Amino acid sequence: MMLVYLDNNATTPLDERVYEAMCPWLKSTYGNPSSVHSFGRKARAAIHQAREQVAALVNAHPSQVIFTSGGTEANNFALKAVSLTPASRIAVSAIEHASVLGPALNLSQQGCQLDKLPVNLQGQVEPIRSLPPETRLVSVMWANNEMGAVQTVAHFSALCRAQGIIFHTDASQAVGKISVDFAASGAHLMSFSGHKFHAPQGVGVLVTDKFNELEPLLHGGGQEKGLRGGTEPVAALVGLGKAAELALQELPQRHQKMLALRNALENAVRPLDGVHIVAEQAARLPNTVMLTVAGFTGETLVMELDRCGIAVSSGSACHSAHAEPSHVLLAMGYTPEQAKSAIRISFSAQNTLTDIEILVQALKKQLDNFRSFAAMQGLMF
Amino acid sequence: MSYSEKVLDHYENPRNVGAMDKDDASVGTGMVGAPACGDVMRLQIKVNEHGVIEDAKFKTYGCGSAIASSSLLTEWVKGKTLEEAGAIKNTEIAEELALPPVKIHCSVLAESAIKAAIEDYQSKNATTTA
Amino acid sequence: MNVNLPIYMDYSATTPVDPRVAEKMMHYLTLQGVFGNPASRSHKFGWEAEHAVEEAREHIAALVNADPKEIVWTSGATESNNLAIKGVAHFYQAQGKHIITCKTEHKAVLDPCRQLEREGFEVTYLDPQPNGLIDLKELEANIRKDTILVSLMHVNNEIGVVADIAAIGEITRAHKVLFHVDAAQSTGKVAIDLEKMKVDLMSFSAHKTYGPKGVGALYVRRKPRVRLEAQMHGGGHERGMRSGTLATHQCVGMGEAFRIAREEMLSEGERIKALRDKLWNGIKDMEEVYVNGDLEHRVPHNLNVSFNFVEGESLIMALKDIAVSSGSACTSASLEPSYVLRALGRDDELAHSSIRFSIGRFTTEADIDYAIDLIRNKVGKLRELSPLWDMFKDGVDLKSIQWSAH
Repeated sequence: MMLVYLDNNATTPLDERVYEAMCPWLKSTYGNPSSVHSFGRKARAAIHQAREQVAALVNAHPSQVIFTSGGTEANNFALKAVSLTPASRIAVSAIEHASVLGPALNLSQQGCQLDKLPVNLQGQVEPIRSLPPETRLVSVMWANNEMGAVQTVAHFSALCRAQGIIFHTDASQAVGKISVDFAASGAHLMSFSGHKFHAPQGVGVLVTDKFNELEPLLHGGGQEKGLRGGTEPVAALVGLGKAAELALQELPQRHQKMLALRNALENAVRPLDGVHIVAEQAARLPNTVMLTVAGFTGETLVMELDRCGIAVSSGSACHSAHAEPSHVLLAMGYTPEQAKSAIRISFSAQNTLTDIEILVQALKKQLDNFRSFAAMQGLMF
Repeated sequence: MSYSEKVLDHYENPRNVGAMDKDDASVGTGMVGAPACGDVMRLQIKVNEHGVIEDAKFKTYGCGSAIASSSLLTEWVKGKTLEEAGAIKNTEIAEELALPPVKIHCSVLAESAIKAAIEDYQSKNATTTA
Repeated sequence: MNVNLPIYMDYSATTPVDPRVAEKMMHYLTLQGVFGNPASRSHKFGWEAEHAVEEAREHIAALVNADPKEIVWTSGATESNNLAIKGVAHFYQAQGKHIITCKTEHKAVLDPCRQLEREGFEVTYLDPQPNGLIDLKELEANIRKDTILVSLMHVNNEIGVVADIAAIGEITRAHKVLFHVDAAQSTGKVAIDLEKMKVDLMSFSAHKTYGPKGVGALYVRRKPRVRLEAQMHGGGHERGMRSGTLATHQCVGMGEAFRIAREEMLSEGERIKALRDKLWNGIKDMEEVYVNGDLEHRVPHNLNVSFNFVEGESLIMALKDIAVSSGSACTSASLEPSYVLRALGRDDELAHSSIRFSIGRFTTEADIDYAIDLIRNKVGKLRELSPLWDMFKDGVDLKSIQWSAH
């Protein structure tokens, strides 16, 4: 059976060229980047290059790039790096990824007040005029992982800068799919993950122009200017650098390709009874389509599609162990029933129109089966 | 840390390594630094009746930059008057050897060494003539 | 005699990835192989990745005789140490705010302890004995009513001495204090049996045991249960103790590395000990050469030697055909002499004169022969250059001299 992978917002396959770049660092080249000898220097030079490649992708200065073990660490680092007092407030959008909501909740348990910024039915965090004066930190994602709505990052960063508040954005789903310009965004802190754009798992990035004010999350060893201890994973960072270089070069083509796939998918499913495209009117990532399918639970639909060799998800991967409705859809105003009927299709430029056709056929078959079953049972649909 | 070609050259082929008789009145000896700090330089000069440095020798316990700084300095001071040798600045040494910032102290030490050697020579000769 | 230059003798900083490990990792990096997100529970890609991660977890557990459920993946030993120390401190702070560790621990233990001091905890830093090991009576004497954690390393990264963690575990358990062990340098070198040893938390690193950099693990005992406050929050991975997408290929690499370590530890240890002894026998007859740390209670991979009257950094330069270090990699860019050697009571000059030779799986006898010749030759040459050596030869007591500190 041919397998079709349409869960790229969970993780992407490694690009062949990235794999080639990493291979020497796994097979024959080694050395601790902190060592003085030639082995160490070679490793250090490789990391230096990766840092430049990553910085170029998001228009930051290489000195602003801190490497982490992934998006989760980068988000935890960003949220906990800002010193807070019990009187402080922090604000995060209601549709953040668990790796932002988690540390935010942890901070609120330690005493500071957590405000959630509301979103509208199109998945956009509502613009606001001002924040409470005690606010120290605001986090609004660049683009949502479940339904793909791109947020007005510039609005929130400008608002925060005007009020002297630190602004963080989780750009994990945006980097490599749409243009992400750290300098122009006005954000103080921006995190993203490698494995969402064909780099290996286990590496992430925190970009910051606030070095002097940050508290480390991992102490020891003095790496990354003392802000992130731990021996650097050279092979993975070389892979991250290469993936960044490719993403920068190929962004226009990739974007166009993904958009074509998205249009093909949406044109095919829009006429289907009971199928609804989430956040359809919003500016969205070119690779993400979230559907609600009336009468189904997303969980079942995903399992059925998996039997046909098609990998999609019913929400974010981190949540897929739980059968709870998506917090994102609930925040947008969907009912729990509607939210539970959602599936997420996320592709990359490596997918083809054939992949989309296979998915559409399988989806139609599920709908037909369900309908004839419903008809047999004499159920209303 | 990577070293410049010049540091490597002096380190691989140090010039004027050796010792002179420190009790000789025409010899000035400067020993600076401390073992606990990781560098000790001993610089010796032999001064002729015209007050010109005829010969210079060194031995250094320390990193490559310290060895190179003292080796370079022995080359520089030969043929100079005491006054000229005493005017050599650490920045000139650091620049010539392209020392990285963490190694600037090596050039400072070398400057102190030649100053100490001159002082030793002068104090010896002041007492003998007195 | 055939050697590839430069010869790598810095296995304690990092080890090459074993080709068998690299091979296995490759399979989990490509589209043809398995690449899913192990947390994706809804499709084959995710299940296969999860299966691989769980199999790897079993290999980690097997090496130290623990239950796979007691193994939490991390990004490396630094994160494991941070999670263990800060995680325990934050969870148990109501019971007390005192922690005991040792001055010769790795920075990945000392720095989290310093952080906790800033948060109001009190930390006792034990002095090691001159052989590098702590005195168990002194440890016991320092345990107080409000002590919640003792954190001590199994094998020291600079001098390779092996702590008696079984005996320490008896003491901490008797006093109902948790015991964390940084075992980054000991896996694959010293047998570890967590069924028997009363260790509550243990940190592991992959890249010190022929696995990849960027992955590690923390052992968290279940019986009696040890609790932690997570340091990374999010998707609730690793039973809530450590969130973040697991890097499948990295976990697989560490698992394979630990599987090989378990199988080959005994024979490899004997071979490496013979090489280490050969190295030491080849240089110990030189004048004024001292081993740092106990030579008996020591892993066979490590030889830390002070060559008196020769400065360590210049010696490293002279020995450029062999990659060695003058201390731990993490501090090697600084000019400070090793804090570990100073804590042993070594004079600063001997600390400045130290070189760590650490050898391993791919070191050959020819490598050792080459190293012995090179060391003898270069130490001799640098001593010719050293004013201190002159003075020593002239019978001057260096301590009697008034040095100008600078």
